[in-house]
Amino acid sequence: MHVVYPAVVSALLFSIGVYGVLARRNTILVLMSVELMLNAVNLNLVVFDVWLRDRLHSGQVLTLFVIVIAAAEVGLGLAIVLGLYRNRATVDLDRLRALAESPDPPAETPTGSPSGGPRKGAAGQTARAAVVTAPTHPPGRDDPPEVTP
Amino acid sequence: MADVPSYLSPTGQEIVFLLLGVVAVGAALLVVTTRQLVHAALWLVVCLGALAGGYLVLTAEFVAWVQVLIYVGAVVVLLLFGLMLTRAPIGRAADLDSRNRPVAAVVATATAVVLVTVVVDGFRTAYAPLEPGGGSAREIGSSVFRTWVLPFEVLSVLLLAALVGAIVLSRTDIRGRR
Repeated sequence: MHVVYPAVVSALLFSIGVYGVLARRNTILVLMSVELMLNAVNLNLVVFDVWLRDRLHSGQVLTLFVIVIAAAEVGLGLAIVLGLYRNRATVDLDRLRALAESPDPPAETPTGSPSGGPRKGAAGQTARAAVVTAPTHPPGRDDPPEVTP
Repeated sequence: MADVPSYLSPTGQEIVFLLLGVVAVGAALLVVTTRQLVHAALWLVVCLGALAGGYLVLTAEFVAWVQVLIYVGAVVVLLLFGLMLTRAPIGRAADLDSRNRPVAAVVATATAVVLVTVVVDGFRTAYAPLEPGGGSAREIGSSVFRTWVLPFEVLSVLLLAALVGAIVLSRTDIRGRR
């Protein structure tokens, strides 16, 4: 078996996974694309283990470890996605912008700012403070999913 | 390496592997381009199954069966449950792709070109003769429980922690300290 064949298949799978992570909007589809990338890595590990005839079988054992870690990752990721769906009623990545910095600095002081008011030239700092304080006050189930002004 | 066989006369194993690779890549393309959410999960089953067949051809039997058991058996079922619990629309959905799809296509194509070029250039002369038995459960088991036993145990603790974390995250009656 030429090593090039599995390596090329693995490279193509990885690129497809990259496309899926970047282009998909549903969070679970992004998780599936991450699985594709992990599988590309697994194929690489197996083929190089076979090529190098590793006596410790590092490649195949690491493949098993990656599979286990991927299972744990999917479990945790789905738990997070379900929590997200409970709180925001959406799993679209485009609409989850609570942690994003707004492109233009906000005109008024955010209400949750710990200090009295923004100092001079501290617009970026207040934006960051808003980002930090955002996850501690998650909107309830009835709040609108869009929180960006 | 002068004893590399020619690319023009592929062996039966290479033909089988290439067919499985085509199936895997095609199914992966469908996973990231299909417009139906549930079909994406089912194409993922096809892709992972074809990869398991590829592992079998590469004499990694144990990894192949673990792949079938955990990936096809557990992970995809978990993903389907996730789709169900988030009330994914059954049928065609128009807005599965975000706005940055052209950028994603460009980035993915660039990644593919770079990786394939480097891999073909680097491993053109590499040849791995396949001998059965190298990836049997006996070999892998003795390797896991001799050399890799400490990472194995650490990994089991990690898996336990991840599952406990998943339970804590998904239960609603566990509140954080205010």
